[in-house]
Amino acid sequence: MHPVRKQRLMVVLFIVVATSVAAALVFFALRENMNLFYPPADIAAGKAPIGTNIRAGGMVKKGSVNKAGDSLRVDFVVTDYAADLRVTYTGILPDLFEEEQGVVVAGKLDPTGLFVAHEVLAKHDENYMPPEVADALKKSESGQ
Amino acid sequence: MWAFFHKLGSPKWFYDISGKILLWLAPITAILLLVGAVWGLFYAPPDFKQGNSYRIIYIHVPVAVLSLSGYYIMAIAGAIHLIWKMKLADVAMRCAARLGAGLTFLALFTGAVWGKPTWGTYWVWDARITSELVLLFLYMGIIALYEAYDNKVAASRACAVLALVGTVNIPIIYKSVDWWYSLHQPATIKFTEKSTIDPSMFYPLLIMIVGFYCFYGVAMLLNMRTEVLSSERKTRWVQDIVEKSA
Repeated sequence: MHPVRKQRLMVVLFIVVATSVAAALVFFALRENMNLFYPPADIAAGKAPIGTNIRAGGMVKKGSVNKAGDSLRVDFVVTDYAADLRVTYTGILPDLFEEEQGVVVAGKLDPTGLFVAHEVLAKHDENYMPPEVADALKKSESGQ
Repeated sequence: MWAFFHKLGSPKWFYDISGKILLWLAPITAILLLVGAVWGLFYAPPDFKQGNSYRIIYIHVPVAVLSLSGYYIMAIAGAIHLIWKMKLADVAMRCAARLGAGLTFLALFTGAVWGKPTWGTYWVWDARITSELVLLFLYMGIIALYEAYDNKVAASRACAVLALVGTVNIPIIYKSVDWWYSLHQPATIKFTEKSTIDPSMFYPLLIMIVGFYCFYGVAMLLNMRTEVLSSERKTRWVQDIVEKSA
């Protein structure tokens, strides 16, 4: 290769490597701040601030959803199978909200450890299948 | 190999060969997109949780995949232009920037349309969506940077450097759902293990992804041919083509 071109190739490689190192340092400095939400285990460990707007995420615990009869209030527990977080929310839930489904809730943590949410988002997982396949899967699971 | 590389430097040679490629690439693209869209939108089964709204993946996933791989095409073209001063690579870089901006916008838009019924919101500032928005700004920045210079030689060089700097964002977008907690779900199509999508839904998706790659090729060639014709408009061979078609 022509020496001038070789030099330019080195410049190109340098640009790519240098920006990668810079980006890696930035993301290393940010670390957990890049996360959209706290898992319940971190909240239980006291890592989340109390009284400021934060997000928490995890699975809706089976059998924990409690809807009030006379209002839009709903209480449920979000779990990451390591710790639980009690959540209360007043409003309309997304269609995909159900037990054992992922959610991200936005709101404030009160001093008693209750999460007062002002927004509930359903977190979809990466599994796609037709209803018949899902039924068959469920049957084979319950049959075991 | 090097002979082929040097021929690529000739605009006339490119114009001739791209015309021949388009003759068969364009019909293949049309067939793939038609078959994939009809199969995916009408014949693939609905999803057990999302019902029919999941069908947006037949557009969203191909455009999102191409918005990432198209960036590498642009950056590699920019690098070739920087190292070998090949004019055609510069043309390819600018056309890839335009196409990439459009594809990235479509990926964000279709994602927002799907996000409202599924998540309950159009937009959330999670790592995947934010880094994809940065990608849109990178593409638009390259287009704007080129237009900002009067000296087009300097403009191309600046754009190529910006394109190279931006490559760092691509693995970040791809791995963002694994590195951080995000609302966007992790990848469904996996290269190292079993994909978590039923085959009846996966085959039309695969056809759509291949179809969009072909579409990208067609759009790139058409764009580049237009650019080549306009920059070579004073040469003999272009005037011959104009006279022939007139």
